[in-house]
Amino acid sequence: MINRRKFLTVLGAASPVVAALMAFPGTVLAWAENAFKATSVEDAEAALFPGSQAQPSGQVKLKAPQIAENGAVVPITVSTDLPDVSNISVLVEKNPNPLCASFKIDPALQPEISVRIRMGETSNVIALVEAGGKTYQASQEVKVTIGGCGG
Amino acid sequence: MKVKSRSKNGIAKVKLLAKHPMHTGRAKDADGNLIPAHHIQTLTCEHKGKVVLTADFGTSVSKDPYLAFTIKGAESGDVLKLSWVDNLGESETVEATVG
Repeated sequence: MINRRKFLTVLGAASPVVAALMAFPGTVLAWAENAFKATSVEDAEAALFPGSQAQPSGQVKLKAPQIAENGAVVPITVSTDLPDVSNISVLVEKNPNPLCASFKIDPALQPEISVRIRMGETSNVIALVEAGGKTYQASQEVKVTIGGCGG
Repeated sequence: MKVKSRSKNGIAKVKLLAKHPMHTGRAKDADGNLIPAHHIQTLTCEHKGKVVLTADFGTSVSKDPYLAFTIKGAESGDVLKLSWVDNLGESETVEATVG
């Protein structure tokens, strides 16, 4: 007999993983505050991958709409066939804080992520991939008709 | 948080939809006051006791965050644990079984 609880459990209290994240702000598990607060792509990139210079790569595939009718919900998919991927990050060049999301990729994960982001205005969307200790990037302009940051 | 997951040939596609206002801190309410930033900061997915994905979000992730990813070596019946914590210390944890 399978315990129903195992199928769907909603806990009000933090799980051990979440508790660890909150308890050790200085560790690599912590939310990258400097990167998220950065106001330029260069600063965000430097905070995420110190000392690394992202090279444009055709092996980083960024799927984004040409035109986003609603800047509040822009679907983005980043995938790559580069080996040893450890991180995928998504930035919007003209957002006040360009870094939208940063994903730490375990080897058990396929290096592909889909997420929905906010864009304040027409801008380049940049995908950064850290693979084999080096960083690579791809970018695409997404036109936005109604901006999605300020309500 | 709604989680859908289906495994085929040991590869499980996972889609999730978290319920969260994801306030950017830039929008104003009806009285003209700034609504403070309130957003998920970190979301994790655990499979077989290992964290396979750590997703850090800023304020530029859309309201009710949607995320899709694929786990290798995940079979039907495996249990996934999805957790998030936001910038105000709120959190949610959900367990979902791979279909």
